[in-house]
Amino acid sequence: MPENIIPNATQVDAQIVKTSKLASLYKFRELGLLAFIIILAIAVQLRNSSFLSGENINDMITNTAILSILALGMMIVLITRGIDLSIASVIALSGMITAQIVSANQNLNPILVILLGIVIGMVAGFINGFLVSKVGLLPIIATLATMNIFRGITYKISGGEWVSSYQMPESFVSIATGKTFGINNLIVIAIVIYLIFFYFINHTRTGRQIYAVGSNPESARVSGIKENRILMLVYTIMGGLAGLSGVLWVSKFASAQGDTASGYEMTVIAACILGGVSIAGGAGKISGVILGAILIGILNNALPLLNVSPFWQNAIQGAIILFAVIMNTLVKRGVDRNNLMRRKI
Amino acid sequence: MEHKTELDNQGYIQRSLLDKKEFTFKGFFLQWEWMLVIILIAVMIINATLSPYFLNYPSLRDGTMTFLDKAFIVFPMAMIMILRDIDISVGSTVALSSVVMATMYNSLGVPMELAVVICLVVGALCGLINGLLIIKFKELSAVIITLGTMILYRGIAYVILEDQASGNFPEWFGFFGWGYVYGTPFVLILFICVAIVFGVILHKSTFGREIFAIGKNPTASRFSGVKVDRIKVIVFVLAGLMAGVTALFLTSRMGSTRPNVANMYELDVIAMAALGGVSTAGGKGKIIGTVIAVFIIGYLQYGLGLINIPAQTLLIVVGALLIFAVALPKVRLPKIFRKK
Repeated sequence: MPENIIPNATQVDAQIVKTSKLASLYKFRELGLLAFIIILAIAVQLRNSSFLSGENINDMITNTAILSILALGMMIVLITRGIDLSIASVIALSGMITAQIVSANQNLNPILVILLGIVIGMVAGFINGFLVSKVGLLPIIATLATMNIFRGITYKISGGEWVSSYQMPESFVSIATGKTFGINNLIVIAIVIYLIFFYFINHTRTGRQIYAVGSNPESARVSGIKENRILMLVYTIMGGLAGLSGVLWVSKFASAQGDTASGYEMTVIAACILGGVSIAGGAGKISGVILGAILIGILNNALPLLNVSPFWQNAIQGAIILFAVIMNTLVKRGVDRNNLMRRKI
Repeated sequence: MEHKTELDNQGYIQRSLLDKKEFTFKGFFLQWEWMLVIILIAVMIINATLSPYFLNYPSLRDGTMTFLDKAFIVFPMAMIMILRDIDISVGSTVALSSVVMATMYNSLGVPMELAVVICLVVGALCGLINGLLIIKFKELSAVIITLGTMILYRGIAYVILEDQASGNFPEWFGFFGWGYVYGTPFVLILFICVAIVFGVILHKSTFGREIFAIGKNPTASRFSGVKVDRIKVIVFVLAGLMAGVTALFLTSRMGSTRPNVANMYELDVIAMAALGGVSTAGGKGKIIGTVIAVFIIGYLQYGLGLINIPAQTLLIVVGALLIFAVALPKVRLPKIFRKK
């Protein structure tokens, strides 16, 4: 029977494969963003030829590493339809506590310090997760409150004092400035975390359940996914990454203050949004988040290189973020329309 | 709204949608607003026991001047949150309109009366841009758009004034921040008037009902003829306009302005609205609740400031209060306390 109805099955198969390959290119949702980054990089390079030099690229990636680590955590939070406004405060808190501890015990092993920072962050994140999943608060409200609380605790602990570079041992500062295999530690840490995350999100059951909870909580619940546990996990991971970033931040800038990273949560959220992570949940890819973080990194790096007055940088950044997001939307609309037109009915 | 099911005289089931809940005393006293009143009284008692200077009329009256300026934004923010959106650019809008007003007066020689009007216009314009972008690009949520404009507006303020401060306003301009009308601070009178206007708009007008309808179900309201886009734009313009009003009072109270004023105001305002019982999930909220919440947070900060508790501790207190207040109705209480 099949032979009669489909005379040339192999041909049809080939055709389907061909179109689906083309479609998969169109389906790369961050196409507009990638194009934008390339155009931007070329434009900056034309104005200042040192932009694409190896040294500057290295600098740029080093400076973007912390942002990209945080953006990963924020991505999984956003995927579950949540948001975490408290990360900047967690950075400050973990940075302040670890900085005070290392300044009191000068010969503490840096690995131990990093672990300590992660634990502090995870506790903070666990509190967020508890408030969101068990108590049932809206994420934006719960993390708004904990943002205030963690920031307040940081100020309390610091007593209004800074921990400056001369109080920090060499081993601590070298966490962020040292090199492994000739590559800056920050970059190495970011790459390792990205690899772990790539595996976790795409190839483990829990990772896929995060997407399931985000795209449709009801059906996730019905199909036996423990939603509360996933939410708790997601916020704890976010907290852990923020705690890690706190240590890296303090080590990189060699000072811990009460207002460390104030307002940084918005930059991280901006990177995620630029990378196509949907605030409505369920959608977001690691490739997009990398591009989003890179775009923000380029903006931070390129504007001073172009001798743009520091007072203009904020406005230009805001305009470019808006422009990039809107352009990405328009490209997506075009792609969707194309896909619809090519669909055989 | 609830369904009422009854049999008509032919024995068919009649369902009618009640527009208003029937009035019961139990329902009346189990409202969230009473909880807020209790919290407000508790704040008053705590403050009064901590400081002898708190609980007297001049202190309570003049205390309002310290916190009411940002409270104007709470009302349109409540509307926006009822619409399931959020506007995080309001703090930057305050800064931009304040900076534009100061520059108009000091550098361009515009008369102050006109500069005040320009301040309001700039605020409304910022809101209009937000609103238009939000309805043009529906795939992007309001968080994304206003995150972008938040950075942009603040950036423009920096472009205009760089790191300078701008002051030297005429004498009468101080009236906004420090003036009295019949022994009552002008800002308090205006705040109450604005609250009444917004209360009437939100709870008594068609426009207000439509806002709730959109918040409950945007698709259904669109199909039943509610002009969703127009309402959204109007509400965002209102938010911008109120940010302009806040800029007036803030600038007047401080006597000068800088590009970094009103930093993080958006989060304060969202916290006040959330404490007042407005849900960011949309469709729920009352103006009276936000008014009480404004006074709770305001008097808490003012009272603890009187006994020299540092601002950092206040952060913890306000955060804890927010969690406590929002979490309370979710906790399983004995049956008679449970919120309906």
